[in-house]
Amino acid sequence: MSAASPVEVEPTLTPDEITFLAKPWVTIVWDDPVNLMSYVTYVFRKYFGYDKAKAEKLMMEVHTDGKSAVSTGTREEMERDVQAMHEYGLWATMEKAS
Amino acid sequence: MSGFARHRRSRRVIATFTGFEADLLRSLASQMVELLRNERAEPAAATTDPFERMMAEFSGPTTIPEDPVLARLFPTAYPDDPDAAADFRRFTEGTLRDGKAAAAGTIIDTLEDAGLPPELTEDGLVIDVELEEGEAETWMRAFTDIRLALATRLGVEEGDEDYWLSLPDEDPRAQAHDIYDWVGLLQESLIEALSR
Repeated sequence: MSAASPVEVEPTLTPDEITFLAKPWVTIVWDDPVNLMSYVTYVFRKYFGYDKAKAEKLMMEVHTDGKSAVSTGTREEMERDVQAMHEYGLWATMEKAS
Repeated sequence: MSGFARHRRSRRVIATFTGFEADLLRSLASQMVELLRNERAEPAAATTDPFERMMAEFSGPTTIPEDPVLARLFPTAYPDDPDAAADFRRFTEGTLRDGKAAAAGTIIDTLEDAGLPPELTEDGLVIDVELEEGEAETWMRAFTDIRLALATRLGVEEGDEDYWLSLPDEDPRAQAHDIYDWVGLLQESLIEALSR
């Protein structure tokens, strides 16, 4: 059991930031020494439907930064995306968006 | 090796392999099928709880595979949440395994349908393959799995090309790395053909 505590709502928060909805999740693709740059770009275009410029930008992020957040959504959606990335042989994980 | 190209009129992805090349691809694909089928996911080996074991056997594995190749093919989805990672694995690994084994099987079937005999005996055999777009993508994914497997076994790292070149030709690891590079070239040409 618990009792209501006399806390004040943080006045700096805007209503948009005070939410009881689940935080969005992100799918992260990590760099690996094996997958070809052309392949990673192809997968991003094919699976996510991104245009060439966006797919290449994300691929370069993976390549140079070691990882990239490639999609955002609900937990269920991100589980689908991570599974699809594993199907394509990409090293993908998911986490709550920060 | 000329690799893959896109046929202008039929839009099919085509390639011509020597008997030796086709036999090598079949061997790699067969090893992949064997790895995925034989190294069965150990259902919840870590748990001694009979109920949990039974549940795991009903559904799927919950722990990362011991074989490093399988661990790479089926990475942990939630690095910081072991329970969620176990659930994800339970619900996805079986499907992913079946999909990857089927993709490797497609390579074997296509090559054999194109005339690759069970035992390669004759010299000068030429195998022409013609793939619909979907089949070509299946080959592309299977090439990825094969390359990941070879690279994991060899310990390939970023920017280590000089090391592999420095190995003597007769070193079996150098030979395996040549095969890895060859499948990479094939895959690159396949992606290019598909992107046309």
